[in-house]
Amino acid sequence: MSTEKNQKLLLTGNEAAAEAAIMAGCRFYYGYPITPQNEILTHMATRMPQVGGTCIQVESELAAINMVHGSAAAGARTMTSSSSPGISLKQEGISYLAGSELPCVIVNVQRGGPGLGDISPSQADYFQAVKGGGHGDYHTIVLAPSSVQETADLVFDAFDLADCYRNPVMILGDAQLGQMMEPVVFNKKQNPNLYKKPWALTGANGRRKNVIKSFYPVKGELEEFNAKLQKKYRQIEAEEVRYEEINTKKADIVIVAYGTCARICKEIVKIGEKLNIKIGIIRPITLWPFPCDIIRRVSERVQAILTVEMSAGQMVEDVRLSVSGRCPVHFYGRTGGGIPSPKEILEKILEIIPIKEKVTCAT
Amino acid sequence: MTEKVILAGLGGQGMMLLGRLIAQAVMLDGKNVTFFPSYGTEVRGGTAHYHLIVSEEEIFSPVIEEADTLIMMNLPSYLKFKNFLKPNSLLFLNSSMIDKIYNEMCIDIFRIPATKIANDLGNVVASNMVMLGAYNAVKNLVSVPTFLSCLKNVLKGKKAPFFEVNKLAIERGAEFIKNSNLVNSHQLH
Amino acid sequence: MEPVYKNPKTLIDTPTHYCPGCGHGIIHRLIAEIIDDLDIRGKTIGLAPVGCAVLAYNYLDIDMCEAAHGRPPAVATGIKRVHPDKIVFSYQGDGDLAAIGMAEIIHTASRSENITVIFVNNAVYGMTNGQMAPTTLLNQRTLTTPQGRNEKYDGYPIRICELLATIDGSRFLARTSITSPKNIIKTKQLLEKGFKSQIEEKGFSLIEILSPCPVYWRMNPNDAMKFIDDNMTTTFPLGIFKDWESQN
Repeated sequence: MSTEKNQKLLLTGNEAAAEAAIMAGCRFYYGYPITPQNEILTHMATRMPQVGGTCIQVESELAAINMVHGSAAAGARTMTSSSSPGISLKQEGISYLAGSELPCVIVNVQRGGPGLGDISPSQADYFQAVKGGGHGDYHTIVLAPSSVQETADLVFDAFDLADCYRNPVMILGDAQLGQMMEPVVFNKKQNPNLYKKPWALTGANGRRKNVIKSFYPVKGELEEFNAKLQKKYRQIEAEEVRYEEINTKKADIVIVAYGTCARICKEIVKIGEKLNIKIGIIRPITLWPFPCDIIRRVSERVQAILTVEMSAGQMVEDVRLSVSGRCPVHFYGRTGGGIPSPKEILEKILEIIPIKEKVTCAT
Repeated sequence: MTEKVILAGLGGQGMMLLGRLIAQAVMLDGKNVTFFPSYGTEVRGGTAHYHLIVSEEEIFSPVIEEADTLIMMNLPSYLKFKNFLKPNSLLFLNSSMIDKIYNEMCIDIFRIPATKIANDLGNVVASNMVMLGAYNAVKNLVSVPTFLSCLKNVLKGKKAPFFEVNKLAIERGAEFIKNSNLVNSHQLH
Repeated sequence: MEPVYKNPKTLIDTPTHYCPGCGHGIIHRLIAEIIDDLDIRGKTIGLAPVGCAVLAYNYLDIDMCEAAHGRPPAVATGIKRVHPDKIVFSYQGDGDLAAIGMAEIIHTASRSENITVIFVNNAVYGMTNGQMAPTTLLNQRTLTTPQGRNEKYDGYPIRICELLATIDGSRFLARTSITSPKNIIKTKQLLEKGFKSQIEEKGFSLIEILSPCPVYWRMNPNDAMKFIDDNMTTTFPLGIFKDWESQN
């Protein structure tokens, strides 16, 4: 495919993620087939040789994440992708990447779980993505797109964030976003050499050796290293929070939702107006760092907050922590491939906030 | 203007290509579009279905709960998606493969013998384009020249000779609608 | 007076953490000597495993990367694909390579990844105090085979060189030991051949080295060396199992 700048293309979220990675200078991709993210692997298999890059279809998710480890250690921009069960397999490797402070991008096109689950859209990997996932005290930066265009934009940004903080970045999408086709324009400028990597393994020619490791066996060293990591995480929390805010200023109720769910929630803002209910939306774009401050501020002036997820209630815990009892926090979720419909969400809102004037509810 | 279409048929009846080309054409004409294909275990022989939303405004939910139009290529597809119809929906049926159905919602039904028309043109796989011609004759969603240029991009190299028959199929589909006085008539069977 | 025997430049002069009589020190030294001999210190990147040799980067003065247990071949692949002009080797024990990392080593061989694997087989998990390894001999006692390894209960030892020899991508496979000066010299020659295979872009090479673990074999160092010669080599015969040179 051609990817001339500013050309409008019709792509699936998966293809857009793959192409954006290439545009961002990623030349090393490792993947294993799993629905619903196969198009990333197949797109890379075609495109990487065209741009002088490497795409290996690996023997396992473990091999994929560890090849990413190697290419990141060698100083290159590198990516792997999978869907929920495969991301579980990668968790050991993600912990090592975070512990070795290696930059990379991991795409999770979420599907239903637990176990083998199914291949339909889900947001049930939120905890795994934002609370660590693997062992040890670490964070990955987690970006949640809600359209194909935003998938491309965030994958592009993910490589910069990874290099900037020497930290793994996860794109948390879902089957809907991965499989759906929408218009995309690749309009960001490629700048893969923005960040110097003097720590990378290139052979110790004329310099002292570099060692990439996460092992600190001498007492005290590991605590010191963890303190350094935590300092970095505080900086990311201070500087990298992203969210979209709609209609929150005069809202009676604010919905917090991300990704596919957020799109669906936007649909009912207008319906709410007809019913004389002012509905606002906060859409976290970074799930870690989580937009706590805006949710806290909004919670001081609304009647209630409703969190909508394609899960049994995961992000709602972070919403509750942000709100800290300032207003009631409600939850509506669907699991196992169920996608909340605008009608269902509106019914939930009407449960929380009774209609002020008698208006016929025509959904 | 928002148009929500579900296209479905037997895997191999070309619904994926049709939906994608419509999406591409309306995109090039400056409209917003989402196109959501079925994926996973349904391959050849199964029912393949596609959700297409076209709008001049931002498209929020990409999920169709009530369709403005169903384009159904075979009976299992119709049975699977008839619950997505609402009172003012349009239903386009490939009558070569869907026999009598009961019009329980008294909606507009367009019965196009798409497989037969395509077969008569010498290429049975062009039945999808017959359906497009018919659909577009009623809804006028797609600019035909833009659609044809998208089609030309797909039918390159060895496939180039198939362009003409596909183009003809679109025309025949449109003619069928114009000649049969079906527009806006409720049909009961 | 000119010294006739000195530390290789690539070997860092530091106290060892290895147990008395352990084979890792000898093998580290051989690697350092080869890197010096071939003058490739500035373009060599090594992989340390999880196991006793996890701290290999404390002894070798080259760029090194640690890998999760069993994953050095995958990490090495990731490095080598970025730097095809660099010399990349992984250093792995029997638990790392032949148990938890079996999939990685087989598929790295099948891709004929142009790297060199140094496989140290001491038939026991040393770092975790002496449990059964996939290469533990039948009847050999370990913490988890207190009555000796019983094939009906614990299965049979795995022969890595023979296994990998069935894979087309394997280009150089050899098994050697470090039980005598003669065997050490032989081991150095085979290791050098492994590195040269990589320099000449011949593809995947692996050198398996039978190495003593006197502490967890519950033997003195001399008996441990004798155990390799008398017992280990009957299950794991020394020799060359694949050689691109003789195949052509």
